[in-house]
Amino acid sequence: MSNNKSEYLINRHDNQYEVVIGLEVHAQVTSESKLFSTSATKFGAEPNTQVSLVDAAFPGMLPVINEYCVKQAIKTGIGLKAKINKRSVFDRKNYFYADLPQGYQISQFKDPIVGEGKVILDMPDGQKEVGIERLHLEQDAGKSIHDLDPKNTFVDLNRSGVALMEIVSKPDLRSPDEVNAYIKKLRSIMRYLGTCDGNMQEGSLRADVNVSVRKKGSKDFGTRCEIKNVNSIKFMQMAIEYEANRQVDLIEDGQTIDQETRLFDTKKNETRSMRSKEDAHDYRYFPDPDLLPLEVSDDFIEKLKSEIPELPDEKKKRFIEKFKLSPYEANILVSDIETSNYFENVIKKSDVKLATNWIIGELFAALNEKNLEITESPISAGNLSKLINLIKDGTISGKIAKTVFEQMMEGDKDPTKIVEEKGLKQESDPKALEALIDKVIDDNRDKATEYKSGKVKLFGFFVGQVMKVSGGKANPQLVNEILKKKL
Amino acid sequence: MSDITKQALSELVENIKSKKLSSSEVTKAFVERSEKSKELNAYITEDYANALNKAKKFDEKPNLDLKLPGIPMAVKDLFCTRDLRTTAGSKILNNFVPTYESTVTQNIWNEGAILMGKLNCDEFAMGSSNETSFFGNVQNPIDKNLVPGGSSGGSSSAVAAQLTPITIGTDTGGSIRQPASFTGTVGLKPTYGSCSRYGIVAFASSLDQAGPMAQNVKDCALLQEVISTYDEKDSTSIDFKRNKYSKELTKDIKGKKIGIPKEYRVDGMPKEIEDLWTKGIEYAKDCGAEIIDISLPHTNYALPTYYIVAPAEASSNLARYDGVKYGFRAEGENLIDMYEKTRSEGFGAEVQRRIMIGTYVLSSGYYDAYYLKAQKVRKLIKNDFDDAYKKVDAILTPSTPSSAFKIGEKTNDPVSMYLNDIFTVPVNLAGLPGISIPAGHDAKGYPLGLQIIGKAFDEQNILNIAYAMEEKIDFKNNITDWWIK
Repeated sequence: MSNNKSEYLINRHDNQYEVVIGLEVHAQVTSESKLFSTSATKFGAEPNTQVSLVDAAFPGMLPVINEYCVKQAIKTGIGLKAKINKRSVFDRKNYFYADLPQGYQISQFKDPIVGEGKVILDMPDGQKEVGIERLHLEQDAGKSIHDLDPKNTFVDLNRSGVALMEIVSKPDLRSPDEVNAYIKKLRSIMRYLGTCDGNMQEGSLRADVNVSVRKKGSKDFGTRCEIKNVNSIKFMQMAIEYEANRQVDLIEDGQTIDQETRLFDTKKNETRSMRSKEDAHDYRYFPDPDLLPLEVSDDFIEKLKSEIPELPDEKKKRFIEKFKLSPYEANILVSDIETSNYFENVIKKSDVKLATNWIIGELFAALNEKNLEITESPISAGNLSKLINLIKDGTISGKIAKTVFEQMMEGDKDPTKIVEEKGLKQESDPKALEALIDKVIDDNRDKATEYKSGKVKLFGFFVGQVMKVSGGKANPQLVNEILKKKL
Repeated sequence: MSDITKQALSELVENIKSKKLSSSEVTKAFVERSEKSKELNAYITEDYANALNKAKKFDEKPNLDLKLPGIPMAVKDLFCTRDLRTTAGSKILNNFVPTYESTVTQNIWNEGAILMGKLNCDEFAMGSSNETSFFGNVQNPIDKNLVPGGSSGGSSSAVAAQLTPITIGTDTGGSIRQPASFTGTVGLKPTYGSCSRYGIVAFASSLDQAGPMAQNVKDCALLQEVISTYDEKDSTSIDFKRNKYSKELTKDIKGKKIGIPKEYRVDGMPKEIEDLWTKGIEYAKDCGAEIIDISLPHTNYALPTYYIVAPAEASSNLARYDGVKYGFRAEGENLIDMYEKTRSEGFGAEVQRRIMIGTYVLSSGYYDAYYLKAQKVRKLIKNDFDDAYKKVDAILTPSTPSSAFKIGEKTNDPVSMYLNDIFTVPVNLAGLPGISIPAGHDAKGYPLGLQIIGKAFDEQNILNIAYAMEEKIDFKNNITDWWIK
């Protein structure tokens, strides 16, 4: 990879530095209820309306594992091609904070539910494999709100106890672009599986970013810093860039890097020290005595495996093999489940090649312009499919199709009806075309004579005239053929 | 009937069922005696008016098919009771009123019993003398200024003094059996997982078990039958086939093999405890049991193991009492200051000591040497019992290394206080059932108890052995009502 054009290196004086990045992604499990209680998990609810006695840690309240969340975590593990641990243990991570009612977070420390796995990234230079260290289940904390009152902090426990999957990557990432690709791929896999909606604005997906630098070619890792709780890909990339450069500057300056936890200030675009290794909490992890070790059977895992849908990597392979798509096209179409579903619905009844071009070209451009997701597309897959068939069978030309498409974008109208109502049907009747052409030749006798005497360039003029007279509806291929004969 | 409170539970149930007594009469009798017994300080919270109302309602439409029809009852203040203050003996929960009911107490009310009030206990069940309660010492009805044992000291005192016909306690390291032994009453710690922990203020989750306390084995069996249910709300609750303990109770224990563990002959054990044990062995033989010497080689390590595991769990379980959500809060300059003041003022010395021990043994760098090692030893202790039970059906030991001591006698010597649990703690570590029955008196006339330890889920067997031995022992508690003026 040393000669890759896209290799991300930081140059200082005569030194080249490589950036080593590992991510701890916190993905909220898609589930109606919390990890250890039956409270709802709806986003945006009134503060403290989705809180049970368990979530608020009342005396004598006990956690009971939500089987659905366990299934979701295992499914995600399967999607990450990871080892599913048949026995895992919930531990208590002890620390005091106002939005942590129990005084501890129930998490998995030594024995996570999912072990090593991998994620394949499609980078411009080819594929890259990123190792997954582990995935474990844990509770989210509540939310402290400091800006509602000058003196008091308010606490919202709606999130308290919500199930999270912490997905820890190996330190395999080497650039902000790879981080971008990794998060998107992870998100895509979980959305295919329905295990996490990946909504970063709503906090369903956050990450702690571990960054270190080392001289190019070195095999040893540098001292890393952890940047806490970054909630957008853009900010992750900015934080990595800032942090890597900060570390390189320190090294170049002959200083050492302190292992510490840092915060990314999105306003100033810089990372700031939050606490050093010495100040790190002693979380006093120990197995939660309120919960038995979580044991799952082979049958349980096999059943979940049978429920796994086709995932992006497999789908991409199929699209390339079966539909002869280019890897580039396949990548775009499988990047999220909604797009691939849309595509597959369109091609159920229409030409694959045309469908691919229309979706990646016209449709994406139009959606982009209106800032819409594919799920919000004004044009349904069925109607796009009809439009493509109208082109394919020669009912309309590609040019007319663009006009029809624009009208379809205004509201999901049936393209057949638009073509009929507006009389946009292509003229392919040879007799009608002959009459049309005869008239054009008749009206331009002088030019016809010039053409016959050898000025063949004038052929284009005649085609243009015919199209003009037909209002763009004449079948261009037939026009060509007939004109050649008549002239 | 003037001697209502002298009746054991089974008599009261019989008299209510045959309509010789009403629930109101019974409840009134126990309420009146409780009111005259304030000096014992057995209650933290009294709920007499409500109890009398409930009794009246019961009498209007009595359901006599229930197991505890209209029976009044006070319970340890570690059980959360809906709409009635639940303190766990602590200042930090001084003003806490649950909106929910523990599974164990709900089971009791479902069988027709009526709540009279909440009984005193050591703070968060941490203690062996009831002296750590924020609500003060409890007097043992046996003698003035004598501790009733702990942590279920209010419960043992109330049953022995007949302020309640029966009660429930919780037992983490001996908190039912030791106070039963100190007050001449019967107390059963069931198998871990037998009674739901839902709604019980937690001390050490892997050890805590609720259990019945009564004046005799039969009452104890009946109450165990009521409180032991499988509960989905407690992940450590175990779904096993539960006996009808009172119905299946029998004195026929002929041929039962009873083990005598040599390691329980601890150094410095008073001669009267030694004699009691010997007497117990004779009683068991008289009942037709076969006595077999056994070894539980890791017994010596039980107490230190317990004093790592229990405080470790407690330090985490008690983190929720932080002044943020409910309970006592001391004002502070900031969050940390509020935490520190709330917990310093809200928790008593013994609770603070155990939180500190627990925090220490879980700390990074000490975890392996303490907590992890303790877990390994715990497994060895359990293995000891498993091996023993290949040869015997039950194990007989003294309940405590001494009779009840004076209030204040051991408060400045925590280790000597902890030593009180030496015979009871291994049972909790192994998750087994154990019952203490009164078996004799020491030279001062204070009661002494014998403990019968069973196999997991084998409550019926130890209840049967206790039932048979109870008849032979024919113990009479010497209660003089000295506190009633």
